[in-house]
Amino acid sequence: MTNSGSTPLPAEQQDGAFAHMAYVLRSNPVTLLAFCMFAVLMIAAVLGPSLVPYDPLASNAALALDPPSLAHWFGTDSLGRDVFSRVIVATRLDLAISIAAVALSFLIGSVLGSIAGYWGGWLDSILNRLFDTIMAFPLFVLAMGIVAALGNTVENIVYATAVINIPFYARLVRAEVNIRRDAGFAQAAKLAGNADIRVLALHIFPNALPPMMVQVSLNLGWAILNAAGLSFIGLGVRPPTAEWGIMVAEGANFIVSGEWWLALFPGFALMFAVFTFNLLGDGLRDIVDPRQRS
Amino acid sequence: MSLLSITDLKVSFQTRRGEVQAVRGVSLELKKGEILGVVGESGSGKSVTSYALMRLLESNGRITGGALTYDGMDLRSVKESTMRDLRGREISMVFQNPRAALNPIRKVGQQIEDVLRRHAKATRSTAKAEAIKALEAVRINDAEARYNAYPFELSGGMCQRIVIALALACDPRLLIADEPTTGLDITTQKAVMELIADLIAERGMSAMVITHDLGLAAQYCDRIVVMKDGGIVEEGAPGQMFAAPRHAYTRKLVDATPREGTCVRALLPAEQRTPEPDLPKSDTPLLEVRNLTKTYRGKSGPVHAVKGISFTVNKGESVGLVGESGCGKSTTSSILVRLSDPTEGEILFNGEDLALTPAAGFARDPRRAAIQMVFQDATDSFNPRHTARHSISEPLARLTNLSRLDLKARVEELADLVGLPRPLLERFPHQLSGGQKARVGIARAIAVDPQFLILDEPTAALDVSIQALVLNLLVDLRAKLGISYLFVSHDLHVVRLLCDHVIVMKDGEIVEQGPTSKVMETPAHPYTRQLLAAAPKPPVLATSAAE
Repeated sequence: MTNSGSTPLPAEQQDGAFAHMAYVLRSNPVTLLAFCMFAVLMIAAVLGPSLVPYDPLASNAALALDPPSLAHWFGTDSLGRDVFSRVIVATRLDLAISIAAVALSFLIGSVLGSIAGYWGGWLDSILNRLFDTIMAFPLFVLAMGIVAALGNTVENIVYATAVINIPFYARLVRAEVNIRRDAGFAQAAKLAGNADIRVLALHIFPNALPPMMVQVSLNLGWAILNAAGLSFIGLGVRPPTAEWGIMVAEGANFIVSGEWWLALFPGFALMFAVFTFNLLGDGLRDIVDPRQRS
Repeated sequence: MSLLSITDLKVSFQTRRGEVQAVRGVSLELKKGEILGVVGESGSGKSVTSYALMRLLESNGRITGGALTYDGMDLRSVKESTMRDLRGREISMVFQNPRAALNPIRKVGQQIEDVLRRHAKATRSTAKAEAIKALEAVRINDAEARYNAYPFELSGGMCQRIVIALALACDPRLLIADEPTTGLDITTQKAVMELIADLIAERGMSAMVITHDLGLAAQYCDRIVVMKDGGIVEEGAPGQMFAAPRHAYTRKLVDATPREGTCVRALLPAEQRTPEPDLPKSDTPLLEVRNLTKTYRGKSGPVHAVKGISFTVNKGESVGLVGESGCGKSTTSSILVRLSDPTEGEILFNGEDLALTPAAGFARDPRRAAIQMVFQDATDSFNPRHTARHSISEPLARLTNLSRLDLKARVEELADLVGLPRPLLERFPHQLSGGQKARVGIARAIAVDPQFLILDEPTAALDVSIQALVLNLLVDLRAKLGISYLFVSHDLHVVRLLCDHVIVMKDGEIVEQGPTSKVMETPAHPYTRQLLAAAPKPPVLATSAAE
């Protein structure tokens, strides 16, 4: 509705950032659930090692392959280690790998995508062909190749996961920047004395954040699966480190003989994490988008 | 006998802030063969009334009361399937943005066929011929070739003709036209309105024309209702409404409609009028444009957007740049404000040639602050993530050396200067109305004390009463700050009010330029005459001449 500039302001005040977040959570129970699940994950990652009842690496041959009980909620594995403790402790490593990988691909993808989208021309063509090349590989096989070639370390899992995700970010940012390149506010920013690089970094790029948030959140889920997948086939994290992928891989051998808890619980943890991140996306987008505020 | 009657219609929308009443008890009658104009500013509920009538309200809106009767049928209670049969066949609609109303990936002819087939007005074998006939009915030349065109290949005016052809394909008895000419050029506007009026007369239809332009409604409608805040404030014949408006709001609208023989102060309600300020004038040239040329490389050879134009803007002077879309006025203003480079030509600003500095490097040029611009689309020209305060302070922070505190004070001073209430400074663009955004845009442009301001249709998207306020603000600012304006517009009435000098452009060339009164009263070029003839001519208010 149009008011003339001279009409008095309505009594109600506009929402602040916090009130807006509260509104998004209140109006969307799924987002609220996702945030609660995320909080559980974060608590497990930060406080996990000091909360768990047993040392995740301590073996006890006498207790090997015990089914879930009051003392060992998720049972014990073939070396008598407590599965519950291992599942909780592994959260930190799995989250760290995926967050680091996503942050890296977000950063590199944003820079490359912004450049391609803003300046266009031959730079755009070259970068696009580069992204096409990466995406032409089966991504998991590419990640396997990178880890195998660079060496079997946690850092290399991060790099490999980052590389395969860069094209997704770069393409998204490229499209978002491209449609705003000649927008009125970008021109106004130039009139205000901003050189191209400032217009791009401070005016255009932040407007690409809402859709990026959805991508980040989905990507965190994929990254966790990817890291676990690499460990599952024996690349990256090495036993006896507690990690969901390894635990599923080790437990898989025992499913046939009836010890289902070894693979099931770490598998559940993996599913929980991926599910959380997938649910988180839309809520995160609504929170970073100022236009959603009333 | 009335074809349509709306009695005490109430519509409300469920929003985040609770229920909002958009239409509060509207009653109106539409007789057979009559053209009814529904006039009102944004938020008056005029479009919502028509959408409610078609039962096309958004999902959060509902009709909470009243009756809708079309030809003895109660539209509120009929089944949705009956409604689908009625839409297009009995009641048709022409939408505001023709390009958005057409499916971009289907040929326009096929889209007309769809409607014909849906309402069983044609069979597979006759559809194409019928569609071409419908295109011919809206006077599209070479209809058979146009049948195969996609919407993006057609101009805005041509798209609107297609939309009208679609709406009239099934011979409906009632046509609802929602702002049918907004966004079209003035000569196209005239052609489209005349087409609608002729077709309605030919077919003995009734029509409801929804518009914010009182002048347009007065020219083409038999009867006008004026809406405000979801209710009808006045109803009557156009002549009577202009001569003796009964309601204060109608009076305000009539006053604010720019027309021949008024001055800029007369647009305001009588109690707000202040004496016209003395405008500074001098013969010292500020900006001299010489042989400015811009050629793009297009798919089929070079495109000559601007073909060597020359003109001068003196210090303190206001110059109007008039032309229709595609005439090169936007290209010219973009070059002058140094956002793009000319292919050839000189831009002498205080004697220095600005064209020597490439546009890419001009952002850090010391003369950046001297030339600023107010953008046409107030929504698009603000960063959606920045508050009004942030937007206004941006040029100050980049182009001046003000301290944090001085900067805050300066932003507030600017807000006062343009009449923007200070608390609004903390709002995001989407939380501001059109008029408020226009004020923020002006504040931002004058923040760094420019000598030359380019105004690119700053009031095109505004309601007339808001336009009146903004135009007066611009006049006051010019008097106070001595800024020279280049006022880019397609609205000759507005240019007449604001400019000392007029430049008329067509196809990248200046066809006529001279003092405003001379160009407007004794136009030398046929194109200027054509433009002047196309502008809607509301009946001149008898009393305004006396004032």
